[in-house]
Amino acid sequence: MTLQFNDETFRDDYSFRNSDRAIKRFPFPFHEDSYMYSVNMEQHRGGPKDSIYEMRFDVDEHYISEMRDRAMVLADDPLRCQSLPHMTLAGWDLLELIMVSKSEDYPDLFELHRDGDTWRWVNKPLGIDDTFTFLDEATLPYGPMEYITRQTQGDFAVLDQRDDNLWMDAGMITTQADWSLDFDIGMNFFEWHAPVPLAHEKGIFIRALKFLLNIQQGAPARRLNWTMTVNPLLDTSPENYHKWGIQKTSVTPENIGAKQHLRVELQTFFRLPRSNALVFPIRCYLCSFQDLMTAPKWGRRLHRVIRDLPEELATYKGFIDNRPMMLDYLAEFDDGQATSAGIWPDLETEPALKK
Amino acid sequence: MSGAEKIVVKVTDVVAVNELVTRFRFKRTDGGLLPTFSGGAHTVVEMQDGDITRLNPYSLMSDPMDQNAYTISVRRDDEGRGGSRFMHSKVKIGDEMTISYPVNLFSLDLRAKKHLFIAGGIGITPFLAQIKQLERFNGHWELHYACRSLALGSYVDELQAHHSNETHVYFDDQKQTIDLVKLLEGQPLGTHVYVCGPKGMIGWVRATAQAEGWPLEAIHYEEFLAPQPGKPFEVKLAISNKVVQVSEDESLLEALERAGVDAPYLCRGGACGQCETNVIDYSGTFIHRDHWLDEAELSSGKKIMPCVSRFEGKTLVLDR
Repeated sequence: MTLQFNDETFRDDYSFRNSDRAIKRFPFPFHEDSYMYSVNMEQHRGGPKDSIYEMRFDVDEHYISEMRDRAMVLADDPLRCQSLPHMTLAGWDLLELIMVSKSEDYPDLFELHRDGDTWRWVNKPLGIDDTFTFLDEATLPYGPMEYITRQTQGDFAVLDQRDDNLWMDAGMITTQADWSLDFDIGMNFFEWHAPVPLAHEKGIFIRALKFLLNIQQGAPARRLNWTMTVNPLLDTSPENYHKWGIQKTSVTPENIGAKQHLRVELQTFFRLPRSNALVFPIRCYLCSFQDLMTAPKWGRRLHRVIRDLPEELATYKGFIDNRPMMLDYLAEFDDGQATSAGIWPDLETEPALKK
Repeated sequence: MSGAEKIVVKVTDVVAVNELVTRFRFKRTDGGLLPTFSGGAHTVVEMQDGDITRLNPYSLMSDPMDQNAYTISVRRDDEGRGGSRFMHSKVKIGDEMTISYPVNLFSLDLRAKKHLFIAGGIGITPFLAQIKQLERFNGHWELHYACRSLALGSYVDELQAHHSNETHVYFDDQKQTIDLVKLLEGQPLGTHVYVCGPKGMIGWVRATAQAEGWPLEAIHYEEFLAPQPGKPFEVKLAISNKVVQVSEDESLLEALERAGVDAPYLCRGGACGQCETNVIDYSGTFIHRDHWLDEAELSSGKKIMPCVSRFEGKTLVLDR
């Protein structure tokens, strides 16, 4: 596979673009015409060829630009990356998991050469060729978690497991949907999920925690989550809300197709072997409404989902004010025809828009 | 599929440690590397004993960093249902076996300033791996190990040879006992205590530490229960629409598996909670033996852990 990397920005002039390939493989998160929380977990062991599920850590055309954006966020705010002292071993676990996975899944882009504890890591897209001693922090320019997550798309929450709970004790969080590592650090699973509406009443978190505590080595899991973002911003953090929150008022009926993005998180879960911690990679994919509308099935479905979403969820996800404008736009792409089951666009089989 | 991921291995070593304990060493059949693990993890070993498939959990005792081989130690239980006797009498060097990926239900709390290990008998095995893990990172630990006698003190020699300052051994036949209150009182702030051994010892350490004011989060224990034989009983399975006879020597979980019902499990020793099953109807008495259900659930008549618990009576209907 030869991957062309985009040179693009997720801020200021927002030159971020999805290629046709990226649109086709976008993880549209709705498998039916409505949405409610569920513990929608499945095994993370590959998926359709060229889909975002195929590899353990998906590398796509946005890789280099996303890593550049992460470096800028960290330069402004180093607290986006934190690791409590007992989490260093988990950081090495994560480094090992990513290096092994990427070098096996993308041998043309990444190489790992191990000779005992002497490891050589080659990252061709980013021009890195480092030799270091495994488990010796002094031989890397950053701590192990920071080192590898500066080279891997997606946020990473590294969760310690103890007392039948999970604890947010380390992470690299620069592409988040409005939550803060610096605020959540050291919290347990119920504490950091406290702001989520409706799900507590449904017992979702008790069941989700039980599932996560039982994720075992060699058996990773995954799910999709979603929200809405105006402009292709990766860093929608509470710390920078004063910068991006106001942009929600810049949407007009004329520009909404280009400005409004569906933001989807591919969340995966891996047990880390040496530390028994759990890593929770949260990979963000953005797609503008107008690009989504190129798949007739997605146009129909997105309209129905957004129209019927409970008010609490639209408020929590931060688009209640813009929902009427979104619906005006999306209604044009819903001709009332039935949609096929599942998240895939089914471009060959779904009927064209009749309007 | 139920249980953890599987690995096919070859037995490369069988060593009699003493009269009761035998050590087994496994390497991957395909020559590849085994997964690393964290100290305190166990593996579930599948034993093909004639028509019966036995699945028993054993703590991994080898160095968690060593990906070439795993070792376990098995204590022969002549009163048990035959898993340990099978390991002792049937398993030979060169045999192929299937084991599970490591699963850890007895992990170190890596925040601890010091790790205080209390072992009884074969309960020493998870600590052997944890000690190797801590030694690698210059962790602070201390071991208090009670055995019946020097002859039955598995790994006493090597512990004393390599870690004489950290290791304290107590022999029952010499009337040596752990002065637990004094030991707990003397620990620095931030110490976590871990106990693995017979049921009585676990209860004693937990109760004493709590009475001494130790926070619950700093008291860790692991006890794998072997399923005990009992009276045969009949179980109706509502979802799979089957009636299964549980014989004297098999567990309820094994009977479900024999009937082709894919019931979830992980530790098979009453500790992990994975096999928790809802009871739809019953007329009789539960013999609960797990560490998972709380008091209210145990008396509710609505839950059973089929890996170790049994039933005596006329009717039992499960949500499987």
